[in-house]
Amino acid sequence: MSTVHSLNDVVMKGHIIVCCGSGGVGKTTTAAVLAVEGARRGRRAVVVTIDPAKRLANALGLKELANEPREIDEKFWDPSGTRTPGGQLCAMMLDTKSTFDALVTRYAESPEQTERILANTFYQNISGALSGTQEYMAMEKLHELHEEGGFDLIVVDTPPSRNALDFLDAPKRLLRLLDNKIFRMLMVPTRTYLRVAGAAVQMFLNTVSRTVGTEVVEDIVAFFRSFEGMEEGFRERAHRIVEVLAQPETRFVLVTSPRRDAVAEARYFAEKIGTHNLTVDALIINRVHPRFTNSPTAELLARTQSLQDIAVSGLERRAARGRLAAAYTNLANFAEIADRERAHIETVRVRTGAAPVSFVPYLSHDVHDFEALAEIGSILFAEPTGPDQAN
Amino acid sequence: MELDEFCSASRVIIVAGKGGVGKTTVTATLAIAAARTGKSVLIVEVEGKSGIAAAFDRPPLGYEETELAPGIRARTLTPDEALLDWLRGNGLRRISNRLMASGTLDVIATAVPGIKDILVLGKVKSLEVSGAADLIIVDAPAAGHAITFLTSARGLADSVRVGPVRKQAADVIEMLSDPKRCQVLLVTLPEETPVNELIDTAYAIEDRAGTSLGPVVVNCCYEEVALGDHPATAESIQNDGALVDVFVSDEDAASVAQAAEFRAERVAIQAHQAARLSQRLPLPQIRLPFLFTADIGPDEVNWLADAFTAGLTNL
Repeated sequence: MSTVHSLNDVVMKGHIIVCCGSGGVGKTTTAAVLAVEGARRGRRAVVVTIDPAKRLANALGLKELANEPREIDEKFWDPSGTRTPGGQLCAMMLDTKSTFDALVTRYAESPEQTERILANTFYQNISGALSGTQEYMAMEKLHELHEEGGFDLIVVDTPPSRNALDFLDAPKRLLRLLDNKIFRMLMVPTRTYLRVAGAAVQMFLNTVSRTVGTEVVEDIVAFFRSFEGMEEGFRERAHRIVEVLAQPETRFVLVTSPRRDAVAEARYFAEKIGTHNLTVDALIINRVHPRFTNSPTAELLARTQSLQDIAVSGLERRAARGRLAAAYTNLANFAEIADRERAHIETVRVRTGAAPVSFVPYLSHDVHDFEALAEIGSILFAEPTGPDQAN
Repeated sequence: MELDEFCSASRVIIVAGKGGVGKTTVTATLAIAAARTGKSVLIVEVEGKSGIAAAFDRPPLGYEETELAPGIRARTLTPDEALLDWLRGNGLRRISNRLMASGTLDVIATAVPGIKDILVLGKVKSLEVSGAADLIIVDAPAAGHAITFLTSARGLADSVRVGPVRKQAADVIEMLSDPKRCQVLLVTLPEETPVNELIDTAYAIEDRAGTSLGPVVVNCCYEEVALGDHPATAESIQNDGALVDVFVSDEDAASVAQAAEFRAERVAIQAHQAARLSQRLPLPQIRLPFLFTADIGPDEVNWLADAFTAGLTNL
């Protein structure tokens, strides 16, 4: 199995690519690199970013919040003019609230209902930066682009959540919220019902009111009332999102750094994704330390020690011994950390089965322009990479 | 500043920073350093599985306190558990189980954003007030969340005007804005994006949470290779070998030179980023070295605690 071939497959045959992994491992950058590569190979590609670092956002032309894909001029991503014709690159930054507003507008039965919901404080809390909503809206946007966008390739970044799989469960979580029994009872308009079955509920709500304030409870009740009739639409859509994620054209790319804690998260993710009957289609390891030598670490350490032990006299020779020992120690340091990183990577690799593994070396500069994205692209797509070629 | 002075400045230290910068390592380092001054330390982990226990070679933490090392205890704090504690403490034991079981907590938490943060910080406050330890170190949620975590008390005080929740929020604000009770220790890597985020976080915390900021910990700093003013070239390395009668093959010399050059490049970038940070953010910096030799375990944390203490003394 050729590594190159497989990551190519992801970009050329995939329709949706979901980039996942823990925070700070380069997910957003990786998503951008994959979209650029797709565009260069003639695909109409869009990358949906969640929270790009400012300079990368600037490079992608996302200075202002744009909740719709914006085309990026080809002179940026194909300066040499070597791309396959037909390609297109768009980028957008997810705006959770306006995506949610659009969803409400779509399913409301009347403009009045839309207005009522959008004005409700409880709704505003849900649609703001609340955990889970961002994940849900990322998936919602993905679905929208899939149905209506006319793109060949949709690359999405996922929010850095505590639970790596939040984005898979987020739509269901909102439904569970809408299903809440106590508040659903309040949606039944008949007073009789409230009097008969709702006495206990009322008492309960009174306690809650005393704790957090009456207004809060009134907002919640108003929200559930105004949402009436819309859950079916939401439910159906959430169901379709799950279906889209399960399609074979949807590829999951797991991004990690080789550090122990990031790898532990990646391992956890790889295990969990299996329980959702999905597979990791590619594994990308960012920021891998170069090793610089094939000599075994133990040998390098022994060499360092013997250099320090050489008996020499004279200031100049002692200084030379010091420099030599320091330089060898540095080489041994890199060999040690590289070995350890590779051992960590192996523990994810055994859990991602046949998924191709690609390595991106620790670069000596930050990635915030198309030049740097192209550099990573050429590393990922040029030749078969192994961790030891990654320098 | 002396270590003892730093550790006595406030009873609560909140360690915050972007994901992946080593907050947990710094939390462990600070705990070890503080314990050396004879203080009892309680580490509070608020973010699921941050792995603090691994730094002490111990199994993952639970809600019950565990001793990680002499003088250092640790526990986790989740909103759900904090809520149960709080409800019981406020005479609402009867409704607590029902709240949890019916999923109503989720609805309320949505209605009152920040209530979960308040519950956690409220619990930290009660640990502080009860004198659970001489120093309480909170391993905070990752950067963006850290701002929300620290500002939600103010937001809540605005939206909930009466009742015990408001009281709780007021108590939390009081603790967060009193430099004698609480300070934030920010952690970053000497790299572009983490430095930018740290600057934003620092200003947001000062403006919106009013919490006092301690020194910034710049983690994972590469130390320079001691070549003096000699160039990191294969030739220079072979010359040094000749001087001490050691044969260095061309291949070896090339690898050694490459590695030295790579390291020198990183050192230069890091110095640039640290300088940029100090221009944009007038807070003292404590540099912790990057560890090549092993993953973070008890020995490494002890070593980092030495570096932390030295860094403080040099401030």
